[in-house]
Formats: sequence, C-alpha cells, structure tokens
Amino acid sequence: MKRYYLWGVLLALLAPFALVAGPAVSGEVERQATNYTAIAMFMVFVAGTLAITYWAAKRTRSAKDFYTAGGGITGFQNGLAIAGDYMSAASFLGISGLVFASGYDGLIYSIGFLVGWPVIMFLIAEQIRNLGKFTFADVSSYRFGQTQIRTMAAISSLVVVAFYLIAQMVGAGKLIQLLFGLDYWMAVVAVGALMMVYVIFGGMTATTWVQIIKAVLLLSGATFMAVAALSTFGFSPEEMFRQAVETHPKALDIMSPGSLVTDPVNAISLGLALMFGTAGLPHILMRFFTVPDAKEARKSVFYATGFIGYFYILTFIIGFAAIVLLSQHPEFFKPEALAADGSVIKDQLVKGIDGGTNMVAIRLAEAVGGNLFLGFISAVAFATILAVVAGLTLAGASAISHDLYASVIARGRSNETTEIRISKIATFSLGLLAIVLGIVFESQNVAFMVGLAFAIAASANFPVLVTSIFWGKMTTNGALAGGVIGLISAVALTILSKAVWGDVLGHVDADGKSVGLIALNNPAIISMPLAFFFIWIVSLFDNSEQAKRERHAFEAQRIRCETGIGAEGAVDH
Amino acid sequence: MQQDSVDAIKAHPRYQELVCSRKCFAWNLTVIMLVIYYGFILIIAFAPSLLGTPIADGAVTTIGMPVGVAIIVSAFVLTGIYVAKANSRFDALTKAIREDLQ
Repeated sequence: MKRYYLWGVLLALLAPFALVAGPAVSGEVERQATNYTAIAMFMVFVAGTLAITYWAAKRTRSAKDFYTAGGGITGFQNGLAIAGDYMSAASFLGISGLVFASGYDGLIYSIGFLVGWPVIMFLIAEQIRNLGKFTFADVSSYRFGQTQIRTMAAISSLVVVAFYLIAQMVGAGKLIQLLFGLDYWMAVVAVGALMMVYVIFGGMTATTWVQIIKAVLLLSGATFMAVAALSTFGFSPEEMFRQAVETHPKALDIMSPGSLVTDPVNAISLGLALMFGTAGLPHILMRFFTVPDAKEARKSVFYATGFIGYFYILTFIIGFAAIVLLSQHPEFFKPEALAADGSVIKDQLVKGIDGGTNMVAIRLAEAVGGNLFLGFISAVAFATILAVVAGLTLAGASAISHDLYASVIARGRSNETTEIRISKIATFSLGLLAIVLGIVFESQNVAFMVGLAFAIAASANFPVLVTSIFWGKMTTNGALAGGVIGLISAVALTILSKAVWGDVLGHVDADGKSVGLIALNNPAIISMPLAFFFIWIVSLFDNSEQAKRERHAFEAQRIRCETGIGAEGAVDH
Repeated sequence: MQQDSVDAIKAHPRYQELVCSRKCFAWNLTVIMLVIYYGFILIIAFAPSLLGTPIADGAVTTIGMPVGVAIIVSAFVLTGIYVAKANSRFDALTKAIREDLQ
C-alpha cells in the first residue's frame, strides 16, 4: 500500500515535466526553442529505465539487494557502470569544450582524471571488496572504534556527495534549459524526481542498470561523432590538427600545454586531488561491493579504465574537430561573432559560440548528424546527469542508513527492514534537498564544488582508507585525527582560494580582478600530506589499551584482505 | 576469525609468499604510474615547449599528442598487467591456502 502511495507522490513530482509540451515561455535570452526530438528520445530512455526500475524493485528485498544489487553484478557490467559514474555530463561537455577553447590543455585535464584508476586497482579495489560490505566506512572502520570512525566517514561522505550533487543539479538545470528549452526549475525537479524513483524502488540494481545503459549510449554516441568528424579529414589526425591551427585564434598554441597549468605547485596539487580523489569518492567505492568477489572487482577496474580512457580520447577528437567544423556553421554563433559576409570572425570562435563552450559537443552532434542525432546526444546528456545523481544519492543514503543509523545510532541492533526503510527515507530527503539546493544555487558560482569534492575525497577519505588497509600500527585516534584534519584543511584552504574568496565572496584586487588569500587553487598538496601526517603521529603516540587491541587485530584483517577468507559472499546464507 | 586460524594462515608459507609478492608487485606498478604521470606534469610545468615540438619537419602534430595518448594507453595496460598476474599467480596462491586449511 505504502509503495503505491510513494509512486503517486513521485509521479506527481514528475507531472510538470510531462506538461512541458505547451508553448515555450518567452523572455529568457539563454533559453532555446523546445526541442521535441530530444524530448521524445529522452522519454524513450525514461520509459526504458522505469521498466528496469519496476523489474529491479521486485528483486530488491534485502539490505544487500538495496545497497549492492545482491553482489551479483559481473566485472564487465560493473566496469561499464563505473565508467558511467565517471563519465558525467560535466566531463563530456566540459572537456570537449576545454579542448575546443584551449586545445592540448583539455588532454592534460582528462589524463589527470584517468590515472587515478590504476592506483585504485593496485591499492584498494580488491582490498575493499574483501573487507567491506556496503560502504567504504565498513573498510576504514574495520578494526577501529565503530562510532567515531563511521561518524567521521559518514560526515565526509555526505559533504563530498553534497558538493558533487549541487554542482550536478545546477549543471543539469542549465544544460537542460539549453538543450530542451525547459524552465530551470522544471529541469531540476525532473532530475530529482526521476532519480528518487530509481533509487527508492530499484536500489542499486536499478541504479547500476541505468548507469550501464547510459554508458553504452554515451560511448556509442561519442564514437559515432568522433568517427563522423574524423571522416571529414580523411581520417588523418594531422590534417585535422592542421586545419584546427589555421582556424583557431590561438593558432599553434593549441598544440602544446598552455595556460591551464601555470606553475608546478598548482599543477601537482591538482594532480593529487584528481588522482587520489577518485579513490575516495563514496559513490565510486560503493560500486566495488556490487560484484561477487575480489576477482570481479579487479576485472571491473580493468574494463572501467579502458572505457574511460577511450572516452577521453573521443572527447579530445570531438573538441579538436569542432574547432574546424563549427567554424563552418555561422548559425551556431552569436550575431556579434559574425563578419559582414556572414562568416565567423576568427577571434570570436571561442567567445562567440552560442550557449558557451559547454555546448560544443552538442553543436558538433548537430553538424555531423543532423537534428535527429542532436536529439539523441541531448537525451544522452540528460540521461548522464540522471544516472550520476542517482549513484551519488544512493551513496549518501547508505552513509546515513548503514553508517550513521545502523552502526552508530542503533549500534548494530537494528534489523534489515528498518535499515532499508531508513535508507529510502534518506534517499527521499536527499532528493528533496538536492532539488532545493539546485534551485537555491541557480545563479551562484558552483565551479569550485567538484574540485572541492575531489579535494575532500583525497584528503579525508583516501588517507584513512589506504592507511587502515596497509598500516598495522594505526589506531582509532590516529584515523580520527587524520580524517578530521584532512576534511577541515581541505575546506578551509578552498574557502581562502581564488575560486571561493574571490569569485564567490567577491574579494577583488586594485584592478578589479578576483583574488584569493592564498595562491593555491587546489588544497590537496597541503591537506592530503597533513592528513597522513596526523594519522601517523597520533597513532604513534597512542598507547591506550584500545590501541593495543586494534594493532593486534590487524593480522586477522590483513588475512581477510589478502585471501578473501571470511569476506562477504555474493548471497547471504 | 579465530586466533588459531589466524596463526595457522600467518605461518603458512604460501601466505607469506602471497603477501610479499602482491605487495611488491602492486607498489611497483603504483610507482610506475606515479612516475609516468608526475613526469608528464613536471614537463608541462618546467619545459612545456618540449611537448610542443612537431613530430616531424613541417608537421603540425606535436610530440605532446602521442605522449598524451600513450599515457592514457599505459594506464589501461598497467591495469591489464595487474589483472593478468593476479588472475594467474595470486589466485592460485589463495586457492592453495584455502585448500590447505580445509
């Protein structure tokens, strides 16, 4: 009975989205004409994923089903789903836009996002599969004081999820406004409501399959675009680069590293956050519990690395090809970017593109595949956002229900039914919160949020996780000190940096340019070593009885970690 | 896990072999990845023009392009190497330990 009631509430939330087919409200400059092809394609995606959710809902009974799809996802499927979690709309549209605007710099950025994966594989993938059950806090609190470590891990997970979620929601609202001609609030409500349906009813099973479908659609769409674009250059990268250099206002500069990386300290700091942040993102780590054993966990990283690397090469080709191909389409540019004869003014190529450089991939889709393919890529971009927010929300909800509620508040005395109910309530609340924050932050500068999420993941989650797996002398107090200091220093240094102190809080220098109190753009180079240092020093001087017991428990932990003996199986017996 | 089985596994020669070889192998691969990536970052920071050199006289394509693609491919290949070794050697050792305990 209750289930039908919830369906009703959620369908009611979706209603404004269904009613959008009416005439577009005029008056907003940014808004595009309603794109019916894109909406139709997106509706097909929604119908398909809702059918999957219905199927998944019937299979989701235990907590294990809800959090980890019963542990029955294969390595290949999980690899696709991980790739899906990672290939967000921001990386598809953002990186192709970055390549379009600055050329080679886009490649530097995507390499940073990719190289975290091998490290995850070598150091933590199998280990967390063998030690954990539902959340990464299961691993970092394995032999430590449950209350303290789980509370800390849950808080830093929720902070990471919140910043990531806000950035995704605001990006979603703006993008969908642009692609579909929907109102901003409608787009945010539609994303939030659909995501709640997937997670509440279908749990991890539905979330995983939505992620897999979206990854396949995105990879095939991007492949088609890259191949179609390359064919216009006779499949010769040299020819594509040559024409791009002729077309781009920066000329030969687009072929070598430019302004993105200005000084070594900032370059290394960004590199640390990207590389180790991936290994501390709760929604990514959670995916390792969906496979039956360590063997499938390692396979999933192998496939995921392949898919993600391939995807970044595609976005690079798309960005470069767009430099040449979009310049032949004056209709994609603002009127002021056009010369008297109707061609695009060279200097206006980057600044003059209608809708900004985030629209580059979308415009290229139209240029190479016409209106139908434009609709397809727009629908895929929407689906991408939806799948990523579903994964994030599930990770946030499990931190609340599994770590905070079941382990800290109920101290392991809760039953499964209650835990699942709590996680569904948490999903619903997080979904509502995401919608509200998405609307509140509409005109705020949220550019720093994804960077901050990665920095916190690299400074608070990753050090505690990796040290708890590998260092036998670590204690609860050490973990607590390192985690808390990593979290606080990452947040504090971000507030003092240019992105928040200047761009958000409005501090400017004499020339009116925004400035930070510190010259560091990403905190990881300070906050991550700080976390490791405090874990080390506090553990070293911890001589309590509890610390002795924890050190003694390391051998048993390591045996389970190395051999998988005693690890959570694919099914409960 | 019971203390006696912890002691039994700990004393098992295959377990020692598993722990040692996996640890060395995993950290070596990690170091290789770190060297490749931070080497790349340091070149960008200190000698960006190196990556901007054309691959041949008169070509537009720069050395940075194949280097960038090679780093992406190396990440994939390194994970592949790990999987190959883990599937054969580490899994065999684990299996031997499990069988001996039964």
